[in-house]
Amino acid sequence: MRKLFVYLKNYKKQCVLAPLFKMLEACFELFIPLVVASIIDIGIANRDTSYIVWCCVIMVALGAIGLTCTLFAQYFSAFCAVGFVSAIKRGLFKHISSLSYREIDTLGTSTMITRMTSDINQLQTGVNLTLRLFMRSPVIVFGAMIMAFIVDVKASLIFVITIPLLAVIVFGIILSTIPLYKKVQGKLDKVMNTSRENLGGSRVIRAFGLEGQQSDKFHKETDELNMAQRFVGRISAIMNPATYAIVNISIAVLIWQGAIQVDLGNLTQGQVIALYNYMTQILVELIKLANLIVTITKAVASGNRIEAIFEVETSQISGELKKCDKCEYAIEFKNAFLRYEGSPEYTLENISFKVKSGESVGIIGGTGSGKTSLVNMIGRFYDAEKGQVLYNGHEVSEYDLEFLREEIGVVPQKAVLFNGTVRENLKWGNKSATDEEILFAIENAQATDVLQSKSEGLDYVIEEGAKNLSGGQKQRYTIARALVKRPSVLILDDSASALDYATDAKLRHAISRLDFKPTTFIVSQRTASIMGCDQIIVLDDGRIVGMGTHSDLLKDCLVYQEIYNSQFKEEK
Amino acid sequence: MKKTNFSSVKRVLKYIKKYTALLIFSILLSVATVACTLYIPIVIGQAIDEIIGKGAVDFDVVIPLLVRVVIISLVIAVLQWIMNTINNKITYNVTRDVRREAFDKLGSLPLYYIDSHPSGEIVSRIISDVDQLAEGLLMGFTQFFTGIATIIGTLIFMLTLSPLVTLVVVVLTPLSLVVAGFISKSTYSLFKVQSEARARQTAIINESIGNLKVVKAFSHEDESLEEFDKSNDKLKKASVKAIFFSSLVNPTTRFVNALVYAAVALVGALIVMGNLGTAITVGTLSCFLSYANQYAKPFNEISGVVTELQNALACATRVFELIDEKPEAKDKENALVLKEAKGDIDLENVEFSYVPEKPLIKNLNLKVRNGQRIAIVGPTGCGKTTLINLLMRFYDVCAGSISIGGTNIKDITRHSLRKNYGMVLQDTWLMGGTVKENIAIGKPDASDEEIINAAKAAHAHSFIKRLPLGYDTVISEELGGLSQGQKQLLCISRIMLSLPPMLILDEATSSIDTRTELKIQEAFASLMSGRTSFIVAHRLSTIKEADLILVMNKGNIVETGSHQELLDKKGFYYNLYHSQFEHSEEL
Repeated sequence: MRKLFVYLKNYKKQCVLAPLFKMLEACFELFIPLVVASIIDIGIANRDTSYIVWCCVIMVALGAIGLTCTLFAQYFSAFCAVGFVSAIKRGLFKHISSLSYREIDTLGTSTMITRMTSDINQLQTGVNLTLRLFMRSPVIVFGAMIMAFIVDVKASLIFVITIPLLAVIVFGIILSTIPLYKKVQGKLDKVMNTSRENLGGSRVIRAFGLEGQQSDKFHKETDELNMAQRFVGRISAIMNPATYAIVNISIAVLIWQGAIQVDLGNLTQGQVIALYNYMTQILVELIKLANLIVTITKAVASGNRIEAIFEVETSQISGELKKCDKCEYAIEFKNAFLRYEGSPEYTLENISFKVKSGESVGIIGGTGSGKTSLVNMIGRFYDAEKGQVLYNGHEVSEYDLEFLREEIGVVPQKAVLFNGTVRENLKWGNKSATDEEILFAIENAQATDVLQSKSEGLDYVIEEGAKNLSGGQKQRYTIARALVKRPSVLILDDSASALDYATDAKLRHAISRLDFKPTTFIVSQRTASIMGCDQIIVLDDGRIVGMGTHSDLLKDCLVYQEIYNSQFKEEK
Repeated sequence: MKKTNFSSVKRVLKYIKKYTALLIFSILLSVATVACTLYIPIVIGQAIDEIIGKGAVDFDVVIPLLVRVVIISLVIAVLQWIMNTINNKITYNVTRDVRREAFDKLGSLPLYYIDSHPSGEIVSRIISDVDQLAEGLLMGFTQFFTGIATIIGTLIFMLTLSPLVTLVVVVLTPLSLVVAGFISKSTYSLFKVQSEARARQTAIINESIGNLKVVKAFSHEDESLEEFDKSNDKLKKASVKAIFFSSLVNPTTRFVNALVYAAVALVGALIVMGNLGTAITVGTLSCFLSYANQYAKPFNEISGVVTELQNALACATRVFELIDEKPEAKDKENALVLKEAKGDIDLENVEFSYVPEKPLIKNLNLKVRNGQRIAIVGPTGCGKTTLINLLMRFYDVCAGSISIGGTNIKDITRHSLRKNYGMVLQDTWLMGGTVKENIAIGKPDASDEEIINAAKAAHAHSFIKRLPLGYDTVISEELGGLSQGQKQLLCISRIMLSLPPMLILDEATSSIDTRTELKIQEAFASLMSGRTSFIVAHRLSTIKEADLILVMNKGNIVETGSHQELLDKKGFYYNLYHSQFEHSEEL
């Protein structure tokens, strides 16, 4: 996750100050046992009441200074952790936005969203805790040892032995249970899947009488979960008792050694008590440190996952061309092949066709025949592996990507609108569109009645996921959004599927009469939707198996005939 | 709420009852460990008292005392481990038992319960609620008893040593609790602001990243970033505040503890010198110092446990609600086990409603003879699926009767009734397992050859072959590789294998493209010959070939007859036909 550290650059100061203040606090805490020792050795021994009162005032003062230091430390670490992570988040958002469809497919949107949300949060917690505790705990542990060293060299040897021993046990147990807890989680996921499966399939399970079998499966899975839970429980249950025993044994040895030194006159009673107090401080901090390391491991893992996304570079380099003259053929495919990442087979093979400017093209074929893939190549959402895709005589890769996509209006299969007003949504097509232009697009998209059904008109707020619109309403708005652009090429990717036949027909009629005369691609499974196109391309399994007008294809394209018959046979 | 909590406590205790002996043992162990743990500082204090100065150390007393410390701490360690292990066992066994009971309930719940509750909610009862219960129980067992025992024990031990110092500890310690409580209460609103800001940002991320392709198609990246930046700034400000203020709890309580510590040192030292009350030794003072250091801990723990337990009980209540749901009525004692049914089905005066206020099916009468093909058509929500629910007894009729071969289906075991139907629904369901297992769920002893033949008949063979491991490919719920249409083909393969005497096809081919569908129809046609079949369909070809068309509207059969008869009637079907298949007129 090293590369992420560039985002720390604005927080360097806080990043150093936070642990520094934390360290100061720890140092002040380390003085307390010495003060107690003085109370016993000097105050009580000399029966000096004012000295004792002084010592106690010093203890309170040490606490107060410590508290002040921590306030600074906590503030700096919160500021630094949040700022650092916000910067990463912004960078990540920007980076993800720069990726092409190919990388989006490979990474998967749900992965990217998890990285932006839960991984980022994990990282923030990790950074924050690290800044706060990473200096404190070691300072207390080693500080206690050094203080013991100052009090008595021989006694400090006991610390030298105890600390590593405790560390081995604490870290050993915590680290060794991490994979075991993961296993428990895995078993729990299984149990959850079985429950979910049973609810989703309650009818099928009952229809096939599988209740008993499912119950057996669940019992077996819960048994496995139980075993895993108890196993890891037994191991982590060792930690507290074991460390407790070690600390107390060390204390016994420490006091025995101390007694010998006191007897010889090298140590005082108060100093023995101080040594005893240092020993008890160590354990708490070691456990904190071990837990911190678990958090850090998780944060580093999240950091690495985030970094992995940063490392994915877009596979598309934008071209330079920012203008083009109209050619006779607006779009031309020359032996184009398309293959998706990780797929052994071509999705589109040897696609060649020409489309005159202003013509309409229908694309038809079964599910998975490659219709959407084909139109996606026009806007250079995917690059051809072999062959060429030309727009107005130039390869699409020669164009500036933003320019190219301004030229093309796409209505995707899935009607997606964003949280915001109707106007804001439609302005996606053209930032400077006037209300008049927007209304014109809405009219052509047959969406006027949708608009009029809400009194707010263009100010009607579309909810997240457009939950307050029906499927057909969404589709018509997405069509309008593309029309606002007044694009040279209009692509309708099965975008009338939720419209009834009459509206679909009206829509096609309106599109064929648009004043800016776009070259139009209509992708559909319905023969009725594309019958009237100037040219129809029939796809089957990624290959063009027929091209021509409706009547041509009815005569000599077997696949087209089959599709047609499956939809219209009844009428004959 | 209080009352349900109480009854939930009783329920939880009932589950624990099985482990009473273990529980008592665990409590005894916790008392013993606490007593020993508190005893150790006293022994150490006694030892320190014998270490007075040069030449004034009584080793004969000190060494046996230290040996005692070692032995006691080893004993504590062993007892504590045993106690923890027992607590684990009780907790995880109890939750396993609860979980199983809840799951087994799913099989006997009436379907209306499952239909009317989002499955995510039920799953969360079985999984996360039970998990929460486990967490609460475990914390309760390990910290609640020990916490209380520690508080009481410390109090007794301190009182026997010096009532005056005890007073100092008891009066000052609650201060840290008050401070901690105050801080967490005042940070609550900050956290609320933070979580609102985070929710807003998550929504933006879901929208923009989830629909990144649309964003890119419209070159809208910069605007999206701008919107994201706004939310990011807001969240940043809220987070810094929330994190900073909440992180004050530990340092401030530490400071309060330092105050207590100083006060104990002061008062204790004065007592040692004999300035206040009965004198105590230096060793006793050191013992008090270590008590003072730890006295606040069990209070904090217990307050944590109480919240956790309340939460756990609320979760337990939700699980118990599920377990307590009324199950489906049991099969009658002498219910008939239907073997190969003859498909004569009679519906007499059937009435049905999902909710009593909204009657759905009224006075439905229908006679189906063996081998007939029945198509059910009608607008959405007309009761097509309801009819199927009644036929398969997923729901029971409210009045009237349904009988097969003259026997009322209420007198037939549900299991055998359902096994006589082959059902393919619009919503496909595949279970975790291989393709092969999924096809064979109706006939687990089928040979590979039979399975392959069934898949071929359903036109599923060619795509299964291309899966990474063919028929042995494991299907996971999330498997992206299968399209909706392919899943439907697998479901069709199931009934091609099990060949039940009656068929129910509810939009069984809705996600399959028209060409493939045409081919499957042929297979269906041969399957349906001689079998009574009910078909809910939207495609004209299927409907036209039916022996009988049931036209349903608003829960009633409004017309019956063959395609031609119904068209000639120029009634509801005629209109429906023209609105649904209007596009055909465009020719």
